[in-house]
Amino acid sequence: MAPRKTPVVSRNPQLIRGVGKYSRSKMYHKRGLWAIKAKNGGVFPKHDPKPKAAATPVKPSKFYPADDIKMPLPNKRKAKPTKLRASITPGTVLILLAGRFMGKRVVFLKQLTSGLLLVTGPFKVNGVPLRRVNQAYVIGTSTKVDISGTNVDKFDDKYFAKAAEKKNKKGEGEFFEADKEEKSELPQDKKDDQKAVDAALLKSIEAVPDLKSYLAARFSLKAGMKPHELVF
Amino acid sequence: MVKGRQGERVRLYVRGTVLGYKRSKSNQYPSTSLIQIEGVNTKEEVTWYQGKRLAYVYKAKVKTNGSHYRCIWGKVSRPHGNSGVVRAKFKSNLPPKSMGDKVRVFMYPSNI
Repeated sequence: MAPRKTPVVSRNPQLIRGVGKYSRSKMYHKRGLWAIKAKNGGVFPKHDPKPKAAATPVKPSKFYPADDIKMPLPNKRKAKPTKLRASITPGTVLILLAGRFMGKRVVFLKQLTSGLLLVTGPFKVNGVPLRRVNQAYVIGTSTKVDISGTNVDKFDDKYFAKAAEKKNKKGEGEFFEADKEEKSELPQDKKDDQKAVDAALLKSIEAVPDLKSYLAARFSLKAGMKPHELVF
Repeated sequence: MVKGRQGERVRLYVRGTVLGYKRSKSNQYPSTSLIQIEGVNTKEEVTWYQGKRLAYVYKAKVKTNGSHYRCIWGKVSRPHGNSGVVRAKFKSNLPPKSMGDKVRVFMYPSNI
């Protein structure tokens, strides 16, 4: 059948499961079956069945298993990214609550397909690079930054995957020496990506008075501050 | 714990005190501890803290994982009474010497 252009909507609202509001005769009238009949001379229109495509000959199977094995039902579920809180929109300033950068105020860029939030300092302002962060470890403030100048399409979870480690399956002697590898340097293209994203961001940040020093400062609870009463 | 960090230390947790175990007059049930969170005085205020993680931090003579500090993690589960005291369950029960000690109530998992 060709796909329908309008979705199928029932004209008979459900009162409870299994019970519709209208009776059969009322539904006959509602669906306009009387009009279809009248248009076709008092009879329902008949369509000739479409010619069936010639069935390809099915070869008999060479092997039948001795017992019927139960196959598990296929799992067709797809995971969706976690629902973003209403307070977090692209350009929101977030406060990181845990981890290396706890207390830092950071700009939210977008939500990745894994559900994690892509975030940047900007690096020049507070030392936070392009980073992924979990929504649960973040407070969304009401401060927004304009991020229309930035292009974050190229960042996804694969960008942040660890570089595959070289396999050191050599002899024992070399194993002990190879243990002390130098710290891997950040590849230059990641540094360039950071600069590209931050350049546009810095312009919109400097346009707002005090926002740069706000982002550079860290959040901390002080004496007498009650988080359940604070408005962020 | 803190990896020899220079620079400002930020407090991103609320201080709390361990009051004791959940108990009746003559029996106590150590699987649940009672925590008094600073600044929380009614059970309506406790709803913000429900589900937040707690850490009981203590020191020991022997270094484990390179540090003298050790920690027991837990969660705020529900209010206890009307005046802001909170019930908490920890990964392993709090030791009795923790009564009267400080506990850290973090602001995550956050919902704001």
